Amino acid sequence: MSLRIRAATIRAGARDRDAGAAQIDLRRRPRRGEALIQGFLFFCGAVSILTTLGIVFVLGKESWLFFGSGEVSLLEFLGTTKWQPTIGQFGIWPLVNATLMTTALAMLVAIPLGLGVAIYLSEYASARVRSTLKPILEVLAGIPTVVYGYFALTFMTPLLRSIFGQNVVEIYNTASAGIVMGILILPLVSSMSEDALSAVPRSLREAAYAVGATKLETAVKVVVPAALSGIAAAFILAVSRAVGETMIVALAAGAGPAFTFNPFKAAETMTGHIVRISGGDLSYDSIDYNSIFAIGLMLFLITLSLNIISRSIVRRFREVYE
Amino acid sequence: MNPRPARTSRSPEGGLPEGEALRRDIAARHRVGKVWLLLFQASTLVGIIALTALLYNVLNQSFGLVAVQNQVEPEMLTIEGVPLQDLTKEQLIAILEDHVSKGVMRRLESEIPFASRSRENVYSLVQERVVSPEIVRSWLFVDSIFRRAEILAEAAEEYPNAKIQFRAWVNWDFIRNSQSSTPALAGVRTALLGSLWMIAITILIAFPLGLGAAIYLEEYASDNLLNRIIQTNISNLAGVPSIIYGMLGLAIFVRALEPLTSGALFAASDPTAANGRTILSAALTLALLVLPLIIINAQEAIRAVPRSLRQASYALGATKWQTTWHHVLPSALPGVLTGTILAMSRAIGETAPLVVVGASTFIALDPNGPFSKFTALPIQIYQWTARPQDQFRNIAGATIIVLLVLLLSLNASAVLLRNRYSRRM
Repeated sequence: MSLRIRAATIRAGARDRDAGAAQIDLRRRPRRGEALIQGFLFFCGAVSILTTLGIVFVLGKESWLFFGSGEVSLLEFLGTTKWQPTIGQFGIWPLVNATLMTTALAMLVAIPLGLGVAIYLSEYASARVRSTLKPILEVLAGIPTVVYGYFALTFMTPLLRSIFGQNVVEIYNTASAGIVMGILILPLVSSMSEDALSAVPRSLREAAYAVGATKLETAVKVVVPAALSGIAAAFILAVSRAVGETMIVALAAGAGPAFTFNPFKAAETMTGHIVRISGGDLSYDSIDYNSIFAIGLMLFLITLSLNIISRSIVRRFREVYE
Repeated sequence: MNPRPARTSRSPEGGLPEGEALRRDIAARHRVGKVWLLLFQASTLVGIIALTALLYNVLNQSFGLVAVQNQVEPEMLTIEGVPLQDLTKEQLIAILEDHVSKGVMRRLESEIPFASRSRENVYSLVQERVVSPEIVRSWLFVDSIFRRAEILAEAAEEYPNAKIQFRAWVNWDFIRNSQSSTPALAGVRTALLGSLWMIAITILIAFPLGLGAAIYLEEYASDNLLNRIIQTNISNLAGVPSIIYGMLGLAIFVRALEPLTSGALFAASDPTAANGRTILSAALTLALLVLPLIIINAQEAIRAVPRSLRQASYALGATKWQTTWHHVLPSALPGVLTGTILAMSRAIGETAPLVVVGASTFIALDPNGPFSKFTALPIQIYQWTARPQDQFRNIAGATIIVLLVLLLSLNASAVLLRNRYSRRM
């Protein structure tokens, strides 16, 4: 009884299927909804291109107006060492010099410490230590930069002044800004370097141990060289980050361009200058307004080329282990 | 890696060290190893010390003893034994009239008529204009604890009329009050509201755009030149300094799109703002800033979804979008959300682009929509830190605490959200 019913159902199903097959058109149909969605998704992707074009256009246009104003030539801009917009002197070197000084100081702090942290975390630390330390460093990386600026001005500067003397260290100085910037960048260097070190396969380390190397020798002579491309990329990215860093230098490095090599003196960086000028009452189409875009263009070109170099180092020198 | 034998103690024949020399050599190498291990540990320690010093410094500034001098003691202002804080609005207005000049009263009336002011508002006016407590000096937390006796003696000598009290600079009033030029009365309400408005609009814009771009690049884009350019471009944008985005925002959103961002296009413009320096401009700028972050994180999350899931969906006849929407996205969602929250925390702490876009230096009115003038928590920190007086440092420290608590709760809610979603799958 039940068997017969099931057979009948199957037959009926087969009939339906045959009938269906005759109707289904297997040709590709245009799907307007899908095409619309794909169009929107492409637009989302294209927004990033538009952003870049926007940046290039805006910086380029205003800089063009700046150099086209007749008040300053490109040669004067890149070749003189006095930035005093009030008397029409636009030599970018005081700003670039201050940027280079804070960046160099930041690197002096961030590179040795960051690499030390990375080697410790990747080669020495137990899983438990690593799982507590990494979040702490991430917290350090997640703190807004303006808080670091506050830290530089209210903690690092008084500290430096008490160590080196009130007369030697000015209230605003590039040393304090640079050191705190190094602390800010430390997590970036350490986490990128640690990623590179952890990517080196175990077999390399075991081979080193097998020929009698100590843990340090393995880490420094085998693992670090094998991960060098990643570490170098991290360093360059850190430089780029330091060059573009704004709030720390705006708060702690000083207001007013000064061409000095003394880290205990106040000097204004490129980013600090842009923030100070645009934070005031800025009228459009003035030479001041255009000048910050010329500085911005310079900043953009520097960081962009550093980022490109960093990525091409990874691509070209990465050692691939199977 | 390095074929050179250890430079230490070779046997005279030039071969490798043996016996006692070998033992000494190994011991020396291990000693060097220990020293370096100490150095590596020390650098980790420096990182932790830096974090501790930073938090210590903020707390040290935001709590501590203060010397307060009242212009008029609140005890003098009681009416029939009712203390000042319990008086009615009319009584408070009467007190104001007694103590404040007619001109000031007229100015206050013309700002907002007294009839439409709330009792709280009048009370704070009395506090500000009549009692006008002035903090003449503030001390750091650590000093307040360990040098209390010295401070009391010093204060008694220098400010005989002042009351010494312990003050938490971050307190409920600080969060509720709007800006003021007196540090003791200033608060972060406008800044907090500004930050929240801004972050909400930023996410509304950046999340769909970022997710859409990630889906396009991972699911739809074929490997052609254009798509490779988009991909490279996104990673380049992630490295552009935030201040450059600020300049982009200034030129495009504030100037070129002023009719849109000031709200004139929708006849919704705020007459006090009257230009493009609005919450909307700032939020658009921040959205562009965090877009690459959201895209990169979302791409990673989408890439981690196994191919088999997609193929199973295709095998059942689903279209590409059906597969993406019903199968890929739900599995990728926890990762996408984490990335978005990270981007949000980045945006909420961002200062430089907001300064460039044109945050207001002083606004006392709450922002009431995307077309209001704005200030934000990091902007407040920046402006107050830049002031030379100690007490502005104190309230800047208090603002930092508010900002960090906000960041922390954002991240915590993100983790909770993510856990809920990942359990459901």
